[in-house]
Amino acid sequence: MSTAHVGTHGHADAHGKDVQLHVHKDYRGSKFAIWLFLITEVLLFGGMFLLYSVYRAKYAADFHTAAEELNTLLGTINTLVLLTSSLTMALAIAATHHGNRKLALWMLAVTILCACTFLVIKYFEWSAKFHHGIYPGSAHLAAFPRGEILFFGLYFTMAGVHGIHVLVGAVLLTVMFIRVLNQPNAKLSFVAGLGLQHAEGARLAIIDENGTALWKGETIDSTMQRIDVKTKFWPVKSRFKVEDFNQLENAGLYWHIVDIVWIFLFPLFYLIT
Amino acid sequence: MSHDDHHEAAHEPVGYGTYFITWFALVFLTAITVTAAGLHLGATSVAVALVIATIKASIVLYLFMHLKYEDAAFRRLILVMLGFFGIMVGLTFTDVMFR
Repeated sequence: MSTAHVGTHGHADAHGKDVQLHVHKDYRGSKFAIWLFLITEVLLFGGMFLLYSVYRAKYAADFHTAAEELNTLLGTINTLVLLTSSLTMALAIAATHHGNRKLALWMLAVTILCACTFLVIKYFEWSAKFHHGIYPGSAHLAAFPRGEILFFGLYFTMAGVHGIHVLVGAVLLTVMFIRVLNQPNAKLSFVAGLGLQHAEGARLAIIDENGTALWKGETIDSTMQRIDVKTKFWPVKSRFKVEDFNQLENAGLYWHIVDIVWIFLFPLFYLIT
Repeated sequence: MSHDDHHEAAHEPVGYGTYFITWFALVFLTAITVTAAGLHLGATSVAVALVIATIKASIVLYLFMHLKYEDAAFRRLILVMLGFFGIMVGLTFTDVMFR
């Protein structure tokens, strides 16, 4: 790809590849901040897991009986859906690193689809529970043994808060999808050819400062009124900078934490029968 | 990569294959945990489920979340968090157990 130097404020890096205004930002700092935020998320769920373990120690038998009510098959499917979404999220980021915008968009789309699938399955799961009179504050549930009421209370709270995180993640990833879709992030236009009529019969060429032809095109004829030269900066390998996708990586980190929370929720609620 | 870029462009791109292997490992561990739950191992079943979940979470952290490629500060952050969570769990249980 051409390394023509266009931006007046731009500066070339060691390889002279930078063609854009380069704003120095602390990307490591932003990633560190996201990790700090994720730690608060882990402690939010951690507090609930602690509550779970205290009550589980106290009402072990009731927890086992109550867990029988949960649909293990749907729980397992949702686990696979989230694991797959984590894979496609990681692949989307890897694709941006390899300069493959199309793959990045496809992988992001699959990730969003997985998030929606998870929520739809959750909807059917909860609808069935509600149908059987098991929902927070129901009279039917109030007649259950104490440990079972606690189990379902924790289940609806923890799976509910997790579900909200999935929803937030889906919205966040949709925003990221639009951002990647709107690449190229820069476009430059030049208009050439004042007095094109004098150049009839000449051949179009784009040459760099050394006179080497980068591109040779058609012969100018009398029908040509004007020539526009447009350059688009796609995230191709030669100009890709990791920091262009810093936000995508941060969104990815959030998405993986949502997966990790489910990795613990799934066995503790569905598999303790 | 120049020296100045070091802090911005963290690491070389990870190949797609690594992530597929990671995914296979996670699915395999899910299959194990579901199978183990079906065996009715009794008291050890929770321990088995938690150990497998911890392994799965570590795999996600290390490979999907690039902790393997980040510098030590990120790993220390996780250790501090785990330490605080450990204190929280420990103190809560010493209260609950001797009540």
